[in-house]
Amino acid sequence: MTTLTAVADGAAGSAAHALAATLTTVPATGALKLSWLLLAFPLFGAVVLLIGGRRTDRWGHLLGCAMPLAAFAYGVIAFFTLLGDTDRSQDQHLYTYILVGHFQANVNLLVDQLSICFVLLITGVGSMIIIYSVGYMAHDRGRRRFFGYMNLFLAAMLLLVLADNYLVLYVGWEGVGLASYLLIGFWQERNSAAVAAKKAFVVNRVGDAGLTVAIFLMFSAFGTVSFTGVFHQVPSGGSGVATALGFLLLLGACGKSAQVPLQSWLLDAMEGPTPVSALIHAATMVTAGVYLLVRSNPILAVSEDAQIGIAIVGTVTLLFGGIIAAAKDDIKKSLAGSTMSQIGYMTLGAGLGPEGYVFSIALLLAHGFYKAGLFLGAGSVIHGMNDEQDMRRYGALARALPVTYVTFGLAYLAIAGIPPFSGFFVKDPIIEGDFTEHGAGGWILGICALIGAGLTAFYMTRMMYMTWWGKRRWAQDAHPHESPPVMTWPMIVLAVGSVGAGGFLIINDRLQNFLAPVVGVPPVEHGFFTVAGGVALLLALAGIALGWAMYGRVPVPETAPHGSPLTVAARNELYGNTINESLVMRPGQWLTRLSVYFDNRGVDGLVNSLAALVGGTSGRWRRIQTGFVRSYALSMFFGAVIVVALLLAVRL
Amino acid sequence: MSPVHYVALAVILFVIGGVGVLVRRNAIVVFMCIELMLNACNLAFVAFARLHANLDGQVIAFFVMVVAAAEVVVGLAILMAIYRARRSASVDDANLLKY
Repeated sequence: MTTLTAVADGAAGSAAHALAATLTTVPATGALKLSWLLLAFPLFGAVVLLIGGRRTDRWGHLLGCAMPLAAFAYGVIAFFTLLGDTDRSQDQHLYTYILVGHFQANVNLLVDQLSICFVLLITGVGSMIIIYSVGYMAHDRGRRRFFGYMNLFLAAMLLLVLADNYLVLYVGWEGVGLASYLLIGFWQERNSAAVAAKKAFVVNRVGDAGLTVAIFLMFSAFGTVSFTGVFHQVPSGGSGVATALGFLLLLGACGKSAQVPLQSWLLDAMEGPTPVSALIHAATMVTAGVYLLVRSNPILAVSEDAQIGIAIVGTVTLLFGGIIAAAKDDIKKSLAGSTMSQIGYMTLGAGLGPEGYVFSIALLLAHGFYKAGLFLGAGSVIHGMNDEQDMRRYGALARALPVTYVTFGLAYLAIAGIPPFSGFFVKDPIIEGDFTEHGAGGWILGICALIGAGLTAFYMTRMMYMTWWGKRRWAQDAHPHESPPVMTWPMIVLAVGSVGAGGFLIINDRLQNFLAPVVGVPPVEHGFFTVAGGVALLLALAGIALGWAMYGRVPVPETAPHGSPLTVAARNELYGNTINESLVMRPGQWLTRLSVYFDNRGVDGLVNSLAALVGGTSGRWRRIQTGFVRSYALSMFFGAVIVVALLLAVRL
Repeated sequence: MSPVHYVALAVILFVIGGVGVLVRRNAIVVFMCIELMLNACNLAFVAFARLHANLDGQVIAFFVMVVAAAEVVVGLAILMAIYRARRSASVDDANLLKY
C-alpha cells in the first residue's frame, strides 16, 4: 500500500496527464541484453521443423515443446530481473531495420512491465498448450508441421509484444495473422477449414488496414513510429490527431481481437485444431488488440472520444459474444463466442482510461488461463468422443473424464465470476469502473456489462449441464475415455492458474503496482466488494439458476428445438455473416463484375478498336503494293509532280 | 546566249523518256528511257552551266553519267538474271514482290 501511494504521488506531480505514464526507456543491461533469445528459441524451432522436413518427424514435437519452455525459462529470469528495477523500461537494440533520411526504424526489443506480462502469458500458457498438443495431435500425419507453425506463432507473438515501435509491432502483428491463417487451415483437405482460414485472413486485413493507416499517420504527424517518440509528441499534437489515431488503432484491434464489427471470423476459426483455438484464438493472439490499445494509452489519454468509442465497441461485443455463446450447440463455437465476450470486457476496460487498463490486463492474463483451460478441456472431450463437437450429443461425461471434468469445472467457476476464483477479482473492477467513467453514458455501459456477467454465467452453466451433467445422449459408437497424462497435466496446471491468477494479481494491488510505470494508476481505489460487484455476483447466480432451470431441470433434447427468434438469430451469429455478405461481399462482387465489364468493353474496347482500325486500314492499304514496277513508277511520277508543283507554288 | 532552245530540247527528251518509262513493258526499253531522262537533265545542267559561266553544272553532269553507267551495269545484270529465269524481259512478268 505504501508503494502505491508513493507511485501515485509521483505520478500526480507531473503535469496535466497526471495519471498517464510516459514511456521512457534505458538501454538494456544484464540478463535483459539477451532478450533476443525469447524470439530466437521459437523461431529456431519453427525454422528447423518447417525446413527440416520429414527427417524431423520423429523428434519434431519434442523440439517444438522444448523451445517454448526455454523461452519461458528466459522469460521468468527476465521477469525477476525487472522486478528488482521497477520503473525502468529496458530497450535492447538489435539492428536498424529502415533508415531513410531522418526516419529510422530500429528492431529493438522493449522489455518492460507490460511486455513481460505478455511474455510470461504467451510462453507459459503457450508451453502448456504445446505440451498438450503432443497428446492431442499424436495420430495426426502433419504433427511436425503443426509444431512448426505453433513455434512460428510464438515467435511472431513475442515480436509483437516486445517491439518498441509500431512498425516492428506490425511485423509481429502480420506474423501472428499468418500463423493463425496457417493453423486455422491446418486440416487443409477440409473445405470448411480452408474457407475459414481465408475468411480470417481477409477480415483481419480490414483491421490491419486501420493499423497501417495509423502508422502512416504517426509518421506524417510526428515523423517517428517509436513508442517513446509518438507518446512524447502526442499531447502536443492536438486531440484531432490523437482521436484519429485512437480510432484507427481501435479498427486494428477490432480485426485482431474479433470485436464488432469485425467479429465474424472468430467462430469460423474454430475449424482449426483445438490447441490452436486455445492458444491463438482464446489466450494470446486475439488479445493482441487489447495489448495494442493498452500499450497506446498515452494516445488514448489525449482523446476522450477514442476512449468512448473503444468502450462502446467493447460493450457491444461483450453482449454480442455472450448471446452467440448462449445459443451455439458446438462446444468450440460456444467457447469462441465466450472468448469474444471476454475480450469485449478487456476492450471495455481499455476504454476506461487509467481506471481500466490494469484490470483489462488482469482480465487478459486470468482469461488466458481459464479460457485456455476450457478449450483444452473441450479438446479433451472431443478427443474422447470421436471428434464429436455437438454438445447435444454429450451429457453425463463427468464420470467418464474425471480429470477433465474437474479442471473444466474450476475454469467454469472462474469465468462465471464466483468468488474466490479468478473471474470475480478481475471482471468486477471493470464493471465498477464503467459507473465512474464517461458520465451518464457510463451507466449504460455498466448496466450492459452487468447483463454480460449474468449472460456469462448462464451460457457456461448451459455448457456444464449439456456436457458434464444430465443424461447421456452419446452416439452409438461413442466410448468416452480420459485423455493421457500428457494432456491432463497441462489442464491441471491451467486450472490452478484459473483458480489463483485473479486473486494473486488483484489482492494487494500486485499487478497494479507492477504495471504502474507503463499504464498509470487508477485514480479511485476500489475494495474487493463493491456495489456493482455485488450486483454482478447476484446476476451471475441468477444466470446459473436460469441455466439450471433450462438445461438441468428439464432434459436436453438431442435435436435442437426451433427456439425463439432471438435463439435463431444467435445461432446464426446474430446475422453477422449475412450483414457482411449483403453490405460488403455482394456489393464487392457487383463492383468487380462492373469493373470487369468496364475493362472488357470500355478500356479494352477502346484499345482493341483502335488496333482493329489500324490493322484494317493497313490491310487495305497494302493492296497498293501490286508488284508492278510501272505502277510504282507512276506513283513516283505523281509524287515528283506534286513536289515540283509545291515548289513552284511556294516560289510564286 | 539564250537557253530556251536547250531547255526546250531537254524538256522534250525528258517527256519522251518519262512516257516511255510509264507505258513500255520491255525492260530494256524502260532502261533506255531512263537514260534518256538522265541525259535530258544533263543537257539542262550543261546549258545552265554555260549560261552562268559556272562549272558546277558540268561537274554534276559527269556525276550523273557515272551514276547512269553504274546503274546500267547493275540493272542489266539483274535483267539478265530475270530473263534467264523467266524467259521474258517484260517488267509486268516480274511482279512477285508484292503484298
